[in-house]
Amino acid sequence: MKELDAEALCRQLAEQIRPHVTPATALVGIYTGGLWLAERLHAELGIAQPLGAIDVSFYRDDYGSKGLHARPQRTEIPFDVGGAHVILVDDVLYTGRTTRAALNELFDFGRPGAVELAVLVDRGGRELPIAARYCAQSLTESLPRAQNLELQRDEDGHFTLKLTQAEPAAR
Amino acid sequence: MRHPQLNKHGELQHLLTLDGLPRNILTAILDTAAPFTEVAEREVKKLPLLRGKSVFNLFFENSTRTRTTFEIAAKRLSADVVNLNINTSSAAKGESLLDTVDNLCAMQADMFVVRHAASGAPMLIAQHLHNTGRDHIRVVNAGDGRHAHPTQGLLDMYTIRHFKRDFSNLTVAIVGDVLHSRVARSQIAALTTLGVPEVRVIGPKTLLPTEVEKLGVRVFHDMSEGLKGVDVVMMLRLQNERMNGALLPTPQEYYKIWGLTAEKLALAKPDAIVMHPGPMNRGVEIDSAVADGVQAVILPQVTFGIAVRMAVMSMLGSH
Repeated sequence: MKELDAEALCRQLAEQIRPHVTPATALVGIYTGGLWLAERLHAELGIAQPLGAIDVSFYRDDYGSKGLHARPQRTEIPFDVGGAHVILVDDVLYTGRTTRAALNELFDFGRPGAVELAVLVDRGGRELPIAARYCAQSLTESLPRAQNLELQRDEDGHFTLKLTQAEPAAR
Repeated sequence: MRHPQLNKHGELQHLLTLDGLPRNILTAILDTAAPFTEVAEREVKKLPLLRGKSVFNLFFENSTRTRTTFEIAAKRLSADVVNLNINTSSAAKGESLLDTVDNLCAMQADMFVVRHAASGAPMLIAQHLHNTGRDHIRVVNAGDGRHAHPTQGLLDMYTIRHFKRDFSNLTVAIVGDVLHSRVARSQIAALTTLGVPEVRVIGPKTLLPTEVEKLGVRVFHDMSEGLKGVDVVMMLRLQNERMNGALLPTPQEYYKIWGLTAEKLALAKPDAIVMHPGPMNRGVEIDSAVADGVQAVILPQVTFGIAVRMAVMSMLGSH
């Protein structure tokens, strides 16, 4: 895989979204990497609606087998979801299961007018019929299952994309 | 012996007591409870975690607040909830506790929430489930005899952390009928595990257990001494229904000496909070002006209780 420049991808993503921003547009970041990215985009694009944050721990489809994730964060949707144009933001799109969980959670706050998905990287390997409307980089070859790709943010707020070997499945 | 509350991976399997529960698990429950508080503000106050699970509320003793908040918590987690009022059911016809449990297991129960007048009843059920190969069924103690009331202890810790942020520099006083109180035992266990440097118990000698100081608390038989400089005042209910013998003169006399009034509360720190597990006996252990005053956090305790019970049930409910 060629080196991914997270900062450059972030700028590209902002430019993809910019023409479609209206006063009704709201961003919702998915913990943790997606929220960092959404914070950046929110400022960059001058979004009027306050930024939302979703932790999908309570909606994950592997709860029955894996249990509750440790230390879930508070989901906060500080705008009226009813009729809103919502852009869900995540760092990496993979199986689509996180997006599914986030959609379900979002709809428990109301009926949005439209929901779109924005991601830095689409790594392939989808298990659900989900696609990103805005995507800065699609990998031509899907990453193998054993590899983990995620956004990191250093103390200065600088983004990098980190590829690691996934931990072997617990138990 | 295997710890009956934890599985072989050290994860919570049942919640029976806070005594001996490791600090990391206590903290994990409190941390997990925090995001559940937000669910009450949603249009749809429901999470899908316990969808398809059946939670049986087995209350062998009366309760309104605890049973209701457990019920709300389970329903907000999308569980099916069955409330059994045992006073009017087969136990009254002579069925044994474990026979009742076996029958409910045959109805595909996934979790029992148990309140019982006998100390150790939830533990007995948990051991019975283990011995009969039904480890997938979970037990939550909702108060057993004088032994433990772990979710009350947890919601009290959540409340303290909410208002005081940190346990490491607090002085906490538990006041009143410690002898009959399962709440006090759970509070003491949690406070000491979480590192509260000074836990005091204040009460008449007849209402404190013998050797209570061995639990790691400072004992006071004088209310004005004991309340001096405390950050948190945890009142206990005078448990008239559990009193046998002359432990007390009269409720009026008790109020005069041990009732929390504004004057006595003034001895605590100015920003001290006042807690009570309910139900309150106004004019016995607490004055109405204090119970309704700005320092009282008694109603937030109830609200936090739902989130804490959601956290416990969702931590137990998978696998």
